[in-house]
Amino acid sequence: MRIVHYLNQFFGGLGGEEHAGTALETRVGAVGPGKVLEQYFGGECQVMTTLICGDNYAVENQDAVIDLALEQIRVAKADLFVAGPCFLAGRYGMAAGALCVAVQNKLHIPAITAMAAENPGADLNREFMYIVDSGDNGAKMREVLARMAALAQKLMRGESIGSPGVEGYLSRGLIRDQFVERSAGQRLVDMVLKKFKGEAFESEMSPTQFASVPLPPAIDLASAKVMLVTDGGLVPKGNPDKIQGSAATRWGVYSIKDCQDLKGADYEISHGGYDPQFVRQDPDRLVPLDVMRDLEREGVIGHLHEEFISTSGLSNPLSNTRRMGREMAVRAKELGIDAIILTST
Amino acid sequence: MQITAALPVAKMVGANRLVLGNGIVHVVGDAKVSAEDEKKLRRKLVEQALAAMQK
Repeated sequence: MRIVHYLNQFFGGLGGEEHAGTALETRVGAVGPGKVLEQYFGGECQVMTTLICGDNYAVENQDAVIDLALEQIRVAKADLFVAGPCFLAGRYGMAAGALCVAVQNKLHIPAITAMAAENPGADLNREFMYIVDSGDNGAKMREVLARMAALAQKLMRGESIGSPGVEGYLSRGLIRDQFVERSAGQRLVDMVLKKFKGEAFESEMSPTQFASVPLPPAIDLASAKVMLVTDGGLVPKGNPDKIQGSAATRWGVYSIKDCQDLKGADYEISHGGYDPQFVRQDPDRLVPLDVMRDLEREGVIGHLHEEFISTSGLSNPLSNTRRMGREMAVRAKELGIDAIILTST
Repeated sequence: MQITAALPVAKMVGANRLVLGNGIVHVVGDAKVSAEDEKKLRRKLVEQALAAMQK
């Protein structure tokens, strides 16, 4: 079996932060951690090519790095792509995760990486791939590489993968059917009793963890370009983008150019989660256009962008909502928007 | 900046500038009052939102 291995400038032996701007380089054979990795495959696998890239370069030129890496992986006729381990190194983790997901999607071969649960690359990619939980201690390199090799071998053989706790990867948030001996009620009572006695127990539901969102800097209102966004499902009559009323996969952009006040006759609600009669009567109850026009006229805000963005926020998998949120943010940045008011039902 | 009637959800996902809206069914409205008072309420909520973005 043939492996291509990705490392950052530090683990690839180029140097520290002063080499973080280095573009993607290629080495024949294994480098650094790759040599140890080969040992754990027991001679079954060989690192054909090592890709090394500076952390800053990889994040700032992600698309180009992915394209180049995919080409090298194709040339190497790899059966497996390995990145890292990245531990707590954020830029390294983000690049490794993005590369692995791209390899899986475009080349259809298994890809694996390892990082700490707190690495930003983990949250961005864990739903789509197996990320071995490396912890934050780089001294555990050997142990982490051993677990990566074990999981990678299972992936290459197409074997079924056990739960995150058993296999040592970061939870992907997937739910899988399983035969159990005891009913939900019995298991629940067991858990309550253990909790009451102060004994250890493991919940079957782990709440999703969200990292706090950094506070963007304050804006100067009088010159700000403001955009309205809603997840309350307000769409023009006929729902031209066919935005689903539940688990929406799409969002729409709708013109409010020269419009002073939204009229119920022109709009409808595509959202199955609340009683829409009041917003139908007057859509300004969800998208406050009339008031924004007043504030614009009075010079309180600089300018109201001539479109609003809408989707429906209901029963939606995180992967969907995160994608749509990113897409909306990209659009807003391209338009030079300074501030967004998001109204949520 | 988010105006929402479901504050716990917004807090849970880490939103940082939040204004409590006036009910799920009309976040920036009120069906029980006159149109004039309703617009005043809407303006107040939007002004709170704008004020939050200046901090």
